[in-house]
Amino acid sequence: MNFYERMMNLDRRWVYLVIGVVVVVTAIWTFRVPLYVTPEARSVYDFVESLTPGEVLMIGVDYDPSALAELHPMSYAITRQCFSKDVKLLLCCLHQNGPGMVEQVIAQVAEEYGKVNGVDYVYLGYKPYPSITILAMGQNFRIPFPEDYYGTPLDSLPMMRTITNYDNVRAIINISAGSATEYWINYANGRYNAKLAIGVTGVMTSDYYPFLQSGQIFGLIGGMKGASEYEYLAEKGGYISKEKDQLIASKSMPIQTTTHIVIILFIVIGNIGYFMTKGKK
Amino acid sequence: MRRTLPIAVVAGVGLFMLVQYFIPLEEFETLYEWALDWTMVIGCFAMLLGLYSLTTMMVTKVKRKAPGWGYSLVALAGLFFMVFVGVVPHYQDSLKYGTLFMDIFEYIYIPIQAAMFSLLAFYIASAAYRAFRARTVLATILLVSAIIIMLRLVPLGPLSGINQWLVNFILTVPNMAAKRAFWLGVGLGATATALKIMLGIERGYMGRD
Amino acid sequence: MGTAELIWNGVAAFLVLSIYSFLYKDNPLYKFAEHLVVGVSAGYFAIILYYNAFLPKLINPLRVGQYWYIIPGILGLLMWARFSRKWQWLSRPTLGFVIGSGAGLAIPLYLQNYVLRQLSATMLPVGFSTWPQITNVLIIIMVFCALAYFYFSKEHKGAFGGAAQIGIWTLMIGFGAGFGMTVMGRVALLAERVVFLRDYFAVLVSSVF
Repeated sequence: MNFYERMMNLDRRWVYLVIGVVVVVTAIWTFRVPLYVTPEARSVYDFVESLTPGEVLMIGVDYDPSALAELHPMSYAITRQCFSKDVKLLLCCLHQNGPGMVEQVIAQVAEEYGKVNGVDYVYLGYKPYPSITILAMGQNFRIPFPEDYYGTPLDSLPMMRTITNYDNVRAIINISAGSATEYWINYANGRYNAKLAIGVTGVMTSDYYPFLQSGQIFGLIGGMKGASEYEYLAEKGGYISKEKDQLIASKSMPIQTTTHIVIILFIVIGNIGYFMTKGKK
Repeated sequence: MRRTLPIAVVAGVGLFMLVQYFIPLEEFETLYEWALDWTMVIGCFAMLLGLYSLTTMMVTKVKRKAPGWGYSLVALAGLFFMVFVGVVPHYQDSLKYGTLFMDIFEYIYIPIQAAMFSLLAFYIASAAYRAFRARTVLATILLVSAIIIMLRLVPLGPLSGINQWLVNFILTVPNMAAKRAFWLGVGLGATATALKIMLGIERGYMGRD
Repeated sequence: MGTAELIWNGVAAFLVLSIYSFLYKDNPLYKFAEHLVVGVSAGYFAIILYYNAFLPKLINPLRVGQYWYIIPGILGLLMWARFSRKWQWLSRPTLGFVIGSGAGLAIPLYLQNYVLRQLSATMLPVGFSTWPQITNVLIIIMVFCALAYFYFSKEHKGAFGGAAQIGIWTLMIGFGAGFGMTVMGRVALLAERVVFLRDYFAVLVSSVF
């Protein structure tokens, strides 16, 4: 077996080891990655920036821990920006293992800013059948959610006195790792003309550019890079700070850079080996 | 009757939901809200089906002492312990941040779930090395496009500006066009499937007699 | 980080490393963590379903006299008949109700949002004097060529074949973009877990020494 053939038949655990070493070394000897902010992420930030105190923003948090790395930073950054500006938040979760993710974000950030449940934010909780829930919320939030996540009747919450359906929220930002985004676009924006922006995982990002171009969504935060772009803007705006360890996605970007370089090298080396051994077969 | 009634229900409910979209009568709105409300209640029971199947599968494995039954016991222990701490002692307040229920979610469920999915990074690196070959022109186009997108995370010095421009062009022009064709197909396919279901042509949901 | 948090994070770090041990080979530690997460997630979902779905949508309304909720409750219970071969047919009307609503709702909305609005967004001002006009021309050509590729009722020959060829190139660029983004997505999951481990061990070392 010559060198190239041995290269092609390499045990995959050596590849895992190389990735592991690269990731660990970068985690220890970290560096700052220059960032280019995309217009689609900026438009979400600018919209939230334009909100005035007392206005209501709805955030649909539809992911579970498998998408934590990419989407949790978006939830934290948007929530901190809103609470800094005294914008009220209405949150819901349509992913079955996601309610705890929302509770984690809202409990921590609300405590940081001294925000009160029922007055400054309402967390509606979870319901099955996301498409039906989204449609029902368009009629009246009380149809799918007669009570909030903690079991308090919605009508007894001061913030909900003036909120009936999507007409009473300025916009919806859906942060999602699954098919819920399609339902929000199709039903919330499609039927009720709710103003909608989305934050999705890297895998899903490229799929939603047609909706951005058609105007069905006004912004798109794509994956961990999108989250770090949003954090960069929020840091510049003074809403989050590195000293308080609030730049969650940005901490992982150096690892993204080095790992991407390694994976590109793997593709190139793999193809070199393929072409060198192809002629011999 | 066993097959006719469900088909009639599908056709009737489907037709009503289709028609109410176009007719803004108050009575239609009320019936529409009722239908949504009832569907959500039914959905609660539907979600339980999966839980029941999982639990019975694990219990059966433990009863029969099938290979790996010890691990099924671990899963069952996890399940029942979570249910226990979710009810005792705080009842619905268990859902609040800082309780044992939420601590298990935060320090056991989140780390394991996140770690399991992070294994994909290793697999994609292995696939990049072993499987991504520029065998044909089309595969080469795909690889070149992918590498340009991946390079946006790499500081390229003076070439960064060109790369960002290329990435923006790829995402907003050919990628957008390709995905638009895909969504058009999805829309037409979903409409056709929904029509087939409403007309009783598609009956797979009924199962066998 | 307090002592309790240090211990909990230690448990989390141990479970993460158990999962990563699978990269070398399958082992009891990995299997333990895998089955634990299955059980914990099922238990977690059961509690969430009870407090967030059953309680507010069925049990509490019945408690306050809204007895009409018994009807969707019974329909939901009938879904469980699916587990019996003899009584399976009882679940069909309920399934028909749910599927019929979904189908009826889908038709106008999928057509409007995935077909009509996407097509109208493709009708762009064209020209060759500015770069946006040129990109609009490219978008229109690429969308229709990609659609031509998916039209298999006509042989891909001649001018139509040429359009289909441009279509497949467009699709390949789109898939390449998707693949490039997917790599970022997968690596992100690993990066976050490694950062968690790094931060935890840094705190552990500083608190021990």
